[in-house]
Amino acid sequence: MFRTLHSKDGVQLVLGLLMGVVFGFLLQKGGVTKYDVIIGQLLLTDFTVIKIMLSAVVTGMIGIHALKSVGLAQLHPKPGSLGASVIGGLIFGVGFGTLGYCPGTLAGAVGQGYLSALVGGIIGILIGAGFFAALYPKLDAGILHKGDFGELTFPRVLKVNQWTVVIPAVSVLVGFLLLLEKAGL
Amino acid sequence: MKQWSPYAVGVGIGILSWFTFLLSDRPIGCSTAFARTSGMIERLFRGSKVAEKPYYALFAPTVDWEWMLVLGIAIGSFLSAQLSGEFHMRWVPGKWAAALGYEPVLRVATALIGGIIMGFGARWAGGCTSGHGISGTLQLAVSSWVAAICFFVGGIVTAVIIFRLIAG
Repeated sequence: MFRTLHSKDGVQLVLGLLMGVVFGFLLQKGGVTKYDVIIGQLLLTDFTVIKIMLSAVVTGMIGIHALKSVGLAQLHPKPGSLGASVIGGLIFGVGFGTLGYCPGTLAGAVGQGYLSALVGGIIGILIGAGFFAALYPKLDAGILHKGDFGELTFPRVLKVNQWTVVIPAVSVLVGFLLLLEKAGL
Repeated sequence: MKQWSPYAVGVGIGILSWFTFLLSDRPIGCSTAFARTSGMIERLFRGSKVAEKPYYALFAPTVDWEWMLVLGIAIGSFLSAQLSGEFHMRWVPGKWAAALGYEPVLRVATALIGGIIMGFGARWAGGCTSGHGISGTLQLAVSSWVAAICFFVGGIVTAVIIFRLIAG
């Protein structure tokens, strides 16, 4: 139904911009474009980041799988491996803790006036991505494929219907959020 | 209102993700846009040879949907901050200044180093807190759950080292 829309490049650029504006507006209203809120999460004193992420995941998970069930959306799970996801994830985390923003909230922080995000963070992330592009052929021939698990999703690993995973996953995540509230965090 | 409930914001982002799948057939993600931009900048210096690099053959150095999304984030955040009077130019965030002192050069240098490590790690892991942390986990992708947990493990350890050991 939306196939033709998906292939209209110009329209998609405008849609991307509009969706980004909504995303950035929400991130700022949630407080996560602020260094203090993100670093507070990493120091485990402020749980705003986790609350936003998990409620987005719960809402998104239900909606996307419902859209998929009626043929209106298809999944795009990213491939991964132990070498890529674990090591890359840990390297990312070190940068995340040092900078105090992730790539999306970094763009939001720039919009809110954080000059160290612009002069330090944006320039840094561009340099880091450039380094990776230069090293990519070597990494791709080795570590990125160690322990490859491909574009796997949990319902496919477990060979079950998607809702058999979605419903327990949503319950666990909502339960975790309730526990956070109960603990006064 | 200056700040909304984190749950209202999270549900809003979740609903936004329905529309990115429905209307654009794409999950929300941010870090690829930085890799493309890096390629565009390199092209200014090295010309069209850049496109032959294997990485840029996969992620062409061009403006695409996700690039516009990241631009939109900065604009949306600016609008929201303006509406609630929260837009201020500043070099050193409060928590940093309280723990490590008000020294813009130190903060910018640290942000630069953090940015380099994060940009490198995001491409190594194939995504960031949005692409893996929200979009990938909601699709129940194995790679994304593994990566997202590692993002926070690395981030928590690093923040604790900086704030509790170095500044403490």
